[in-house]
Amino acid sequence: MAMKGYSLEHIRKYTMLIALVAIWLLFTVFTDGVFISPRNLSNLFVQTVAVGIIAIGMTLVIITRNIDLSVGSVAAFVGALAAFLQVKMGWPTSFAIAVALVGGLGIGFWHGFWIAYRMVPAFIVTLASMMIFRGAVLGITEGTTIAPLSQAFRAIGQRYLSPHLSIVVGALAVIAYAFAHFYKRKRRTGYGFKVTPLPLDILKALLISLVIASFFGIMVHNRGISYAVLLMLLLAVIFNFISQQTVFGRQLYAIGGNPDAAELSGVNIKKRIMTLFVVFGGITAVSGLVLTARLNAATTSAGQGMELDVIAATVIGGTSLMGGEGTIFGALVGALIMASLDNGMSLMNTNITYQYIIKGMILLLAVWVDIATRKKA
Amino acid sequence: MSEYILEMTGITKEFPGVRALDNVTFSVKRGEIHALVGENGAGKSTLMKVLSGVYPAGTYDGKIIIDEEEKRFKSIKESERAGVAIIYQELALVKQLSITENICLGDEIAANGVIDWDESFVKAGKVLKQVGLYVNQSFPISYLGVGEQQLVAIAKALSKDARILVLDEPTAALSGGEAEKLLEILKKLRADGVTCIYISHRLKEVFEIADRITILRDGKTVATRERKELDENKLISLMVGRELTNVYPRKPHTAGDVVFEVKDWTVYDPDINKTIADVSFKLRKGEILGMAGLVGAGRTELAMSLFRFWGRHVSGRLFLEGKEISPRDAGDAIGFGISLASEDRKRYGLVLAEDIKRNISLASLKKIASHAVVNENEEIKSAEKYSAELRIKAPSIEQAAENLSGGNQQKVVLAKWLMTTPKVLILDEPTRGIDVGAKVEIYNIINELVDRGVGIIVISSELSEVLGICDRILVMHEGKFTGELKVEEATQEKIMYYATGGK
Repeated sequence: MAMKGYSLEHIRKYTMLIALVAIWLLFTVFTDGVFISPRNLSNLFVQTVAVGIIAIGMTLVIITRNIDLSVGSVAAFVGALAAFLQVKMGWPTSFAIAVALVGGLGIGFWHGFWIAYRMVPAFIVTLASMMIFRGAVLGITEGTTIAPLSQAFRAIGQRYLSPHLSIVVGALAVIAYAFAHFYKRKRRTGYGFKVTPLPLDILKALLISLVIASFFGIMVHNRGISYAVLLMLLLAVIFNFISQQTVFGRQLYAIGGNPDAAELSGVNIKKRIMTLFVVFGGITAVSGLVLTARLNAATTSAGQGMELDVIAATVIGGTSLMGGEGTIFGALVGALIMASLDNGMSLMNTNITYQYIIKGMILLLAVWVDIATRKKA
Repeated sequence: MSEYILEMTGITKEFPGVRALDNVTFSVKRGEIHALVGENGAGKSTLMKVLSGVYPAGTYDGKIIIDEEEKRFKSIKESERAGVAIIYQELALVKQLSITENICLGDEIAANGVIDWDESFVKAGKVLKQVGLYVNQSFPISYLGVGEQQLVAIAKALSKDARILVLDEPTAALSGGEAEKLLEILKKLRADGVTCIYISHRLKEVFEIADRITILRDGKTVATRERKELDENKLISLMVGRELTNVYPRKPHTAGDVVFEVKDWTVYDPDINKTIADVSFKLRKGEILGMAGLVGAGRTELAMSLFRFWGRHVSGRLFLEGKEISPRDAGDAIGFGISLASEDRKRYGLVLAEDIKRNISLASLKKIASHAVVNENEEIKSAEKYSAELRIKAPSIEQAAENLSGGNQQKVVLAKWLMTTPKVLILDEPTRGIDVGAKVEIYNIINELVDRGVGIIVISSELSEVLGICDRILVMHEGKFTGELKVEEATQEKIMYYATGGK
């Protein structure tokens, strides 16, 4: 029987990370180092947020063999709703945001109902929503731009944690990581399992701590870490945990990998898909709020074409459209690749024509590399 | 002309870390039926993939000679052109297309891209006649049973002027009668001069139709013998490299109280127009209850309907240890202590892309979780335990299920259900398509479970299996039980009598 080459498997896992590094190096060279400056990197991460947050949820959706084409419209709708309530109706920001979030969850519930309980393909349900909520955005904004937002609202997208606080948060992140790492090790030893030799394990922990520390270092060097970026990372950590460690997350993978086997193993597929879409509605809403806050305005065209960026990011990150495979970490890398291309080519003043063409080619190439390294010895 | 139509010599094929074929020699005479046997993982499928160009020339070492001419196939198309046709275990037919369309698919009779349907009909009709299938050619393929589909696949191969027909486990999904018919057709084709390579785990069939037999073990050719030189025991010992004293390890069981009872169970599904009518039966603790019958008798549907996985209208009552239960879905049934290992492990049993560990824990995640968070250490512990207990052969429990042999996959499915610690375990065709060695291991596991007091139902279309391991046998025919036999009084003839509707 064919054994998969283990080393190949491992390399595949990091292909996109390697691609990201390569892209960064190229842009650094082409822009005489502007690209890699702390200021630009900080911007790059802020630009990643809107797509990145949704890509986190989209990964889970695609893992279950579903898709959501409505995220751009829904994000715009939720943002417009919040802006409308806060600016036009004069509601307090927290109320407006809370209602908008509930709206996002409600839209997710609507999707879940049609997809899980009425068996309408997700592609169609969300294609319909893409139109419906684009229409709703036009309705709420009456075709104009709602601006400016309150300071508190804007903060979600524009404010930065002060450098000092950023250092504290960074330190906490390193400590939390190190704690989790060695707690896991201790538990494994408790069960009598083999663990990585201690020196090697410490080295690994040090390396990852170093990555976390330098990330925060770069942010601090600029102006501190942005609320939005922090939010995205927090969501990524939470959803990574959900996808790998919870019954819910595990069942999502099984549903995508083999729905019949999952159902016969006692997985309630309908409930799981429903829950997933409700949660995803919430995630989309968060992204919509961040997007609106960053622009300091709700516009009619906000989020247009975003669903394609999100799906591209997810797929570049190694999520299989056939279901059952994909990681949150990969989705973030994918979102970063997409944002890096935008950012880098803008710095180089690349003609917008070529920007689209290059992004398309990269998507194609990325998925091909993934497929080519996946099967066959 | 040489006596041999096909000679493969010195075939070696390596995958990273594994030598799947090691200097294999395989020669087939013109017009014979040549059986290729061996345990799962012995290299039969790999060898056929080399022959058919799935693994193109250059990725293996060795020579393929067809009609005294060395061939270096780069693709399946090229091997087809040389007259090699493989009929796969999983049929490569398009369900929505008609019988004629399927036969002509890939080899359409057309002028300037426009299909000549009249010619196609005539051509398809000719090969269908050759395989003895008389049906309306414009019906979609899905109207046919598995056995008939098998024949269509063979007809399709014949239509491409196949001279070497390779059949990979053709009878695995067929009932006794259908298999019998297929074997007759093969004999007839042999008389027409078609050469056939026949891969099967059903040794009885091998002895019935093969002229010569080649045995592979661990990627090496063990021997090629005339059928007359061998008997079943000799063949098995060549396959496994050791003497198997008893394929069916029977142990005396002492049946206890009734653990599971089904009363007046009626299921109807208008979609496929199948009915289970008023079925009642009892299962005791520590007994193996066999359910025999022809394929399509409704045994699988009965099992699936208990899990609410099949059937739109279900009525009847279920009792577990004397208490009435009414599971609404598979999760409920598992919660009550009923487990079902279904017949099609790839379709219903495994999440192929996931590793052994996750497949084993899938039905028991709640057990090893606290506050919905899975305790991965408990998961590893359980997976290690069951994979050791069932002797699953894999480098680690992190191996993906898709990389395992059929027997090991089946063991993973069993491990999954053992982990749910069932009171009632329903095994639907537990040894389909797996090798003799793994079969015996699975029978041993079943015996052990029975000793622990689990009530077991074995659904099997292999009569010798039902007779070999069950304590009591229920025979189903068209959705009804037509007979009940104690194993002491049961014979293949009696079972067949009830299975074909005798009263």
